[in-house]
Amino acid sequence: MLEHYLSLFIKSIFIENMALAFFLGMCTFLAVSKRVETAVGLGIAVVVVQTITLPVNNLIYNYVLREGALAAIGLGSLDLTFLGLITYIGVIAAMVQILEMVLDKFVPKLYNSLGIFLPLITVNCAILGGTLFMVERDYIFAESVVFGVGSGTGFAIAIIALAGIREKMKYSNVPEGLRGLGITFITVGLMAIAFMLFSGIQL
Amino acid sequence: MKLLRNLLDKQEKHFLKGGKLEKFFPLYEAVDTFLYTPASPTKAASHVRDVMDLKRMMMTVVIALLPAVLMAFYNTGLQANLGLQKMGAASSAHWQAQVIEWLGVGFDPSNILGNMLFGALYFLPVYLVTIAVGGFWEVIFAVVRKHEINEGFLVTSLLFPLILPPNIPYWQVALGISFGVVIGKEVFGGVGMNILNPALTARAFLFFAYPAEISGDKVWVAVDGLSQATALAQFADSTMEVTYSWMDAFLGFIPGSMGETSALACLIGAIILIATKVGSWKIMLSVIVGTTVTTLLLNLVGSATNPMFNMPVYWHFVIGGFAFGTVFMATDPVSATMTEKGKYVYGFFIGFLTVLVRVINPAFPEGMMLAILFMNVFAPIIDRYYINQNIKRRLARNVI
Repeated sequence: MLEHYLSLFIKSIFIENMALAFFLGMCTFLAVSKRVETAVGLGIAVVVVQTITLPVNNLIYNYVLREGALAAIGLGSLDLTFLGLITYIGVIAAMVQILEMVLDKFVPKLYNSLGIFLPLITVNCAILGGTLFMVERDYIFAESVVFGVGSGTGFAIAIIALAGIREKMKYSNVPEGLRGLGITFITVGLMAIAFMLFSGIQL
Repeated sequence: MKLLRNLLDKQEKHFLKGGKLEKFFPLYEAVDTFLYTPASPTKAASHVRDVMDLKRMMMTVVIALLPAVLMAFYNTGLQANLGLQKMGAASSAHWQAQVIEWLGVGFDPSNILGNMLFGALYFLPVYLVTIAVGGFWEVIFAVVRKHEINEGFLVTSLLFPLILPPNIPYWQVALGISFGVVIGKEVFGGVGMNILNPALTARAFLFFAYPAEISGDKVWVAVDGLSQATALAQFADSTMEVTYSWMDAFLGFIPGSMGETSALACLIGAIILIATKVGSWKIMLSVIVGTTVTTLLLNLVGSATNPMFNMPVYWHFVIGGFAFGTVFMATDPVSATMTEKGKYVYGFFIGFLTVLVRVINPAFPEGMMLAILFMNVFAPIIDRYYINQNIKRRLARNVI
């Protein structure tokens, strides 16, 4: 049993890396990776949001939305899965809102450096993607917790590595037309090639 | 030699400012400085007076690669001749074989010079294509961006053919080196500014784009239709018997990419690199430590279904691209970590990931290339950690 969770964890970090295997959450991935400190902050934020929202969405899906979930109150034939997307986004938005208040109160420095990007996590496809993967793969509650931590960590690792590279690239002499986002896209592509290392591993 | 110098001096005026070939100055400069020590000193800061400049460093790597190149000649020819013998064929349809026939050398695997010649006919065209196409991009970027062509390209262009199978189509070689030079290096500004090792980037590109020509059992020996598994593939498949002895693998008489088979040649290269302090012994050592530790752990875990779990560590060292990658690829000073402590971490993880991929990833038999690329990606962040740690330590020391 423990082995199963461990392999799910490793798998969600490396093999199914949100950023470099599925290319989800690219907007934040590219925009907030200029400095390592910010990237670490955002990485932590993603891990936290992912770890909270995935299990919450899991509960909502299993006990409210799923077909037959409301049988206990006599609504057995009701299938609310069509409300899925809007509910998940709502939960994510609420969670990010709360996280923002907490950060503002207790870690104002990080709050300031994250700036606009924290609210942007709300519409980060990596977060919603995590939830949708969870629904599609029918994870049970415990699995959704592990998957949340893992996929968040995977995203965090990728964005921190990219930020490290981009800090090093300040010394590079990139052709003018490619400076900024252009070279970042190329770098992300090269990183994805390197991450192919794990593709194919069966856990 | 004097004649050459005079010739170069005579041509120089055409390339200087105002000359008719002014645009191609980088090309002239490259030829001049590849052959002679440049007369002009460095203009910008910072200045270190040392005989060990970039030129000498790169040339040392080229010299350290020579044993591997010789082995590439010999072993490619040897494997092809052995393959022909095995197939019972008198000759093959490759033009290389036609040339050998025309010269009357024959296809005898025990003829050392014959093997060398046969192998050279496979290796040299690939090398020439690499030089020509890679050089073309180098010149274009140098002319347009007005930077110098530097000896780093000689190293990349020698490394790249050595890690290709003998039968690779030339257009793929051209495509691969174009990707490696342009996307892997020049878009970042050229030598010293790239993130990933250009030669490995080029190979990884070919590996994922055209897997049929660069993986499997049929590509490692330059004979059409002959299925000859590499030692790694034989180990991974429990139904296959390992037909090579450890000594063969150590000396390099096994099928594989052209220059990577001989651990001995890489060892000689390693000694040259370490003695001249061009390659970091810390990285090489920690790759070996990482491999050993991981292998012993996996040996301990064991597996009934996957024979790779039980592969002893001394085999890991001599087969696949391990030796070549450790000595020449992992130690690339540009894409590796720069901090001294970081080198241990970087090397250790290369060894760790290589064994991990070899053992538990059924998609790829060999993990050296991707393990190095993967750690290239993380090298800046490792460096950053150790630099910050150092800053913190020194701050603490100077607290009043």
